[in-house]
Amino acid sequence: MFARGLKRKCADHEEDMGGALAGFRAVPSYSLQRQSLLDMSLVKLQLCHMLVEPNLCRSVLIANTVRQIQEEMTQDGTWRVAAPQSTGRAPLDRLVSTEILCRSMREQDGVHPAPGMGDDHVLGPGSELSTVTSAQTPRDPQNSVWEMDSPRENRGNFQKSLDQIFETLETRNPSSAEELFSDMDSSYYDLDTVLTGVVSRAEPGPCDGLQGLPPVATPASSSSCKSDLGELDHVMEILVET
Amino acid sequence: MRSQTPVTRHVHIRVGFDLLNWPNRKTADIISTVEFNHTGELLATGDKGGRVVIFQREPESKNAPHSQGEYDVYSTFQSHEPEFDYLKSLEIEEKINKIKWLPQQNAAHSLLSTNDKTIKLWKITERDKRPEGYNLKDEEGKLKDLSTVTSLQVPVLKPMDLMVEVSPRRVFANGHTYHINSISVNSDCETYMSADDLRINLWHLAVTDRSFNIVDIKPANMEDLTEVITASEFHPHHCNLFVYSSSKGSLRLCDMRAAALCDKHSKLFEEPEDPSNRSFFSEIISSVSDVKFSHSGRYMLTRDYLTVKVWDLNMEARPLETYQVHDYLRSKLCSLYENDCIFDKFECAWNGSDSVIMTGAYNNFFRMFDRNTKRDVTLEASRESSKPRAVLKPRRVCVGGKRRRDDISVDSLDFTKKILHTAWHPTENIIAIAATNNLYIFQDKVNSDMH
Repeated sequence: MFARGLKRKCADHEEDMGGALAGFRAVPSYSLQRQSLLDMSLVKLQLCHMLVEPNLCRSVLIANTVRQIQEEMTQDGTWRVAAPQSTGRAPLDRLVSTEILCRSMREQDGVHPAPGMGDDHVLGPGSELSTVTSAQTPRDPQNSVWEMDSPRENRGNFQKSLDQIFETLETRNPSSAEELFSDMDSSYYDLDTVLTGVVSRAEPGPCDGLQGLPPVATPASSSSCKSDLGELDHVMEILVET
Repeated sequence: MRSQTPVTRHVHIRVGFDLLNWPNRKTADIISTVEFNHTGELLATGDKGGRVVIFQREPESKNAPHSQGEYDVYSTFQSHEPEFDYLKSLEIEEKINKIKWLPQQNAAHSLLSTNDKTIKLWKITERDKRPEGYNLKDEEGKLKDLSTVTSLQVPVLKPMDLMVEVSPRRVFANGHTYHINSISVNSDCETYMSADDLRINLWHLAVTDRSFNIVDIKPANMEDLTEVITASEFHPHHCNLFVYSSSKGSLRLCDMRAAALCDKHSKLFEEPEDPSNRSFFSEIISSVSDVKFSHSGRYMLTRDYLTVKVWDLNMEARPLETYQVHDYLRSKLCSLYENDCIFDKFECAWNGSDSVIMTGAYNNFFRMFDRNTKRDVTLEASRESSKPRAVLKPRRVCVGGKRRRDDISVDSLDFTKKILHTAWHPTENIIAIAATNNLYIFQDKVNSDMH
């Protein structure tokens, strides 16, 4: 099922090779960790679709990381071309891996829609903005930087699997920005909380073998997605005319 | 560097305004750039709210020895406002990405400030006299009743409270499709360049409706995009040379005399990857976040996620020197990728004599490396540890093993407290450190006693 090669390439997994640790925690295999890194990267690319133009450098670096993982998985033979009969199985495998490793990450990131990555109406938060987004259909092909540039078959199938993953994980269809982020801890975006780094979550995460750092959001981060949440509400009011 | 930490006296200036009418206005105080002018007399800061605050150094006076050379607020103005791009349905942030001073050519000071899309030239003038004794107008400017005028007088200039006036002289708009990350004034003092993720433009300071594209790395098909421009700078002496860095960790030195479009570099500086350290994050941490020429023009300083490197312009194969900023993060890259910290763009700075380099880190730490003695120090910019005129205590991050009393462990580092922007006075040992929305200015007492 998963590739058996144990040669670890991710440098941060070196630490959990200690024998003492192995007994206490089920250290995820390299493939699982790689898979969760891939999923995390795709989530990051999705989250960029907010009101402010996303940081191109960050997107390119994430996309390159995804490409690297893809290439390696293709070489390993773990990159499955989803033939019809195996369509049912492949996404489930991925579901298992992400479920094990990224449980708390899902809680953190909430549910998000998966606009097909190559599609033109890429703004996630909802239907209220649809009139605005459709006007921007002939948009700068900048957003296509987040498409996979791998062989077309892989891209199409990967996208299908991705859609299936998100469909099953979504509990509801977010139709507004508020709904999209409503299951997130709102204190996450309180500036004081963020700046003092107090928001702490149990973070098993994909990098569990480490003495993990509490991942803290930074309003000053270059993606500025989360810090625009307040502005998002403000603009939503304008657009929806409430 | 001396055996004890050189920085002693410090002036802590809090730059923060409480604007209550905008819900998230507090984030507007986050300082986004810091820059000394060419003499060091003025220090400009830009923030996320589009404001520029300029500090001026008080002249040293023997009467008040304790206030020698401290920086006070000189002027504050709103440089950029938020805009909305209706075509793309996207906001254009008012955050000031970079400020660059123009060399002073007359009594006025000028600087360029830029957000993601628009560069503005600001002129700063002083007014400390005003004319009094007009014949036709009274002091409020109202016309006098001519019948009351019995004699003529010559208006005289009387001193008044200093007024600093700032006016926008040029607006260089619509030059960039992508986000501007750097501006750099040419040594010819007539032109400057602005760089975004994919293109670099050359402007004449007096011409706003035209710019020349000198670098374009946009691929024909955006799906093929794998590399972006991250920073660029003109050579301090050779007006035809400039360098730009990329997200893949390479530096390209270009000569504008060679071709109109400098897509072919004159020199390519790139360090081969270390195969033993290879991971999925290798490329991300090799991305250069800042590049600075030395004052001499002989070297370049680059910052990537974990190191600062000194490059010799005559050696392309590898850097001359590499300094580890926070190598203990190398095993945490996955978490830092998850929380986006791995994309933080730290700046770097040379001291006036090019012998010491400085850069910021997390937990409000910043680092200095002495190139001659090979000694380095970690200092902290925080109110708790910096009382005025106190000696800054060196800090240490412990990675396991023996832990000394005041050491910080890697796991207790605060990753929201990042020092991205630092600046060094052009000639003296005075440094400006931006810690989120606070500005710290540290001075070297030993140095200032030695004049």
